[in-house]
Amino acid sequence: MSAVETFLDSNELVLNMGPQHPSTHGVLRIILKLDGEKVNGTECVIGYLHRGVEKIAEARTYQMFAPYVDRMDYISAVSNGLGYCLAVEKLGGIEAPPRAQAVRVILTELNRIASHLFWLGTHALDIGAITPLFYTLREREEVLKIFENYCGARLTTHAFRIGGLQYELYEGFEEQVRKFCDDLPGKIDEYEELLTGNRIWVERLTGVGILNAEDCKRYGVSGPMIRAAGVPADLRKLQPYCGYEQYDFDVPTRVNGDCFDRYVVRMAEMRQSVRIIQQAVANVPTGPVMAKVPKVFKPAIGEAYVSIEAPKGELGYFIVSDGTLNPYRLRVRPPSLVNLQSLDAMCKGTLVADVVAIIGTIDIVLGEVDR
Amino acid sequence: MPFASPYTPFTMEIGAFGHSHWRSTVPYVILNIDTLIEMAEETKPVGPPTEMASTAWEGDLPDRVRHAFESNTIQALSYVGQNFFITPADTAIPVIEYLQREEGFDYLVDLTVIDYPKKAERFELLYILYSYARNERLRVKTAIADGVTPPTATTVFLGADWMEREIFDMFGIRFAGHPNMKRLLLPEEWTGHPLRKEYGITQMDNRWVKDNLGIESGQ
Repeated sequence: MSAVETFLDSNELVLNMGPQHPSTHGVLRIILKLDGEKVNGTECVIGYLHRGVEKIAEARTYQMFAPYVDRMDYISAVSNGLGYCLAVEKLGGIEAPPRAQAVRVILTELNRIASHLFWLGTHALDIGAITPLFYTLREREEVLKIFENYCGARLTTHAFRIGGLQYELYEGFEEQVRKFCDDLPGKIDEYEELLTGNRIWVERLTGVGILNAEDCKRYGVSGPMIRAAGVPADLRKLQPYCGYEQYDFDVPTRVNGDCFDRYVVRMAEMRQSVRIIQQAVANVPTGPVMAKVPKVFKPAIGEAYVSIEAPKGELGYFIVSDGTLNPYRLRVRPPSLVNLQSLDAMCKGTLVADVVAIIGTIDIVLGEVDR
Repeated sequence: MPFASPYTPFTMEIGAFGHSHWRSTVPYVILNIDTLIEMAEETKPVGPPTEMASTAWEGDLPDRVRHAFESNTIQALSYVGQNFFITPADTAIPVIEYLQREEGFDYLVDLTVIDYPKKAERFELLYILYSYARNERLRVKTAIADGVTPPTATTVFLGADWMEREIFDMFGIRFAGHPNMKRLLLPEEWTGHPLRKEYGITQMDNRWVKDNLGIESGQ
């Protein structure tokens, strides 16, 4: 064996990425097995934000636990709250009044837009485009202002209560939401001008991190990821809740299931959310915002699984009641955790820099992955 | 009774005589003792239900599943409009495989466990399945005793990998045939499985906390 060959002889390199790494969106640690620049395998190490939400639920009453769910996916706290309230309402045989349902749809869709905007900004930042972050956070601020005016909180809102809403709409809510909806499509056009045709953006994302429909199903992937692979799976259409069947909107899909398609799907989803909000705001029913819920709330012995289409995918709550004040068992089915599981399948054979792009388009929030 | 004066305000949850201990954190209503005694008299004869009021799930699918397994031990039930099978422990994975292969339930939504420490088979394994083709959701449940190693579902759904690891982490159930059976969320050297009912809400592995964080307690 010549000296040159020995010198160039390469071994598999194990590289630790995170938990403190700007592109892991929190505290995700990934162990990368590298052959030069090529990724041979990955392993995720998670749990750094584990707070035992499911255990806490067993020691709290149904009402007391509601604010905790906001702390899981803190980027879309309103969706978390909606899923929880719907699950408890299902268990207790309660239905929120029509006015509450319309407001729930408006706030949840606003939150979906805020979540996607934040995703777009941070993902573009990972890829190396700093400008979109400033623009998307500017628009997200408008959504947060609406939340703040409505319930006083910007991030962990606790906007909904079991049985409906705590607060009536404030004066000027409709104008503020309408103005936001009128402005946003133009702003999305701006982002698309910056990114969609941008050569660097397209080259970095196209054909990277492909997960086809079959693999999506085997891994249980949901949300924009499976829609980018061509499956029009959206629980708002498939199993409507909160009166989503009244609204006219499309489920955007793409065929390739790569990072670029996930980007396109999320951009299109924001436009669809604007459509839903405009229809809902134009026709908010009058009436009470709270159903009759006993102060001492004890659902009958039983169990129920209710899931909603959160910005990241299927967010489910499985609750077992033993007829007392506290849930006997509460299980959260977090979309981020299940979607993150497919990372290894997507990363094999790609380059290190692509791993960053792939993590970005999964759209994880570690608060929800670890709970 | 020492506090039988009608003017003594006495706080207690309404109708919660099953646990009449003081709990400062639950919503309570101020009542006087006469009302409480009256309510106790009223509520005494009616015992609360002790089991889920589920109804039989009638349909083609339960019939086909029972037929395929030539079994009357598979129960098909329904509660609040949600359907589920209860199977013996050894048929759970074959039933799931059958549902995936023959009936198009191609999406394992979730896999989790409910702990009933008073039952002989204390852990209830719960599989939530969904079919894109039928737009239908169902659950498969089975009960296992402590210390039993049920077979893995990763042979049917790859997505079961982390879910089973989380169950091992939180309940201490090992799955036979799982490719990577180790903790998911907690540190690997941690002792104890927090979602078991006997594990306290503030309990933690103090030795681990001391060794790794250099503090006496996490509380």
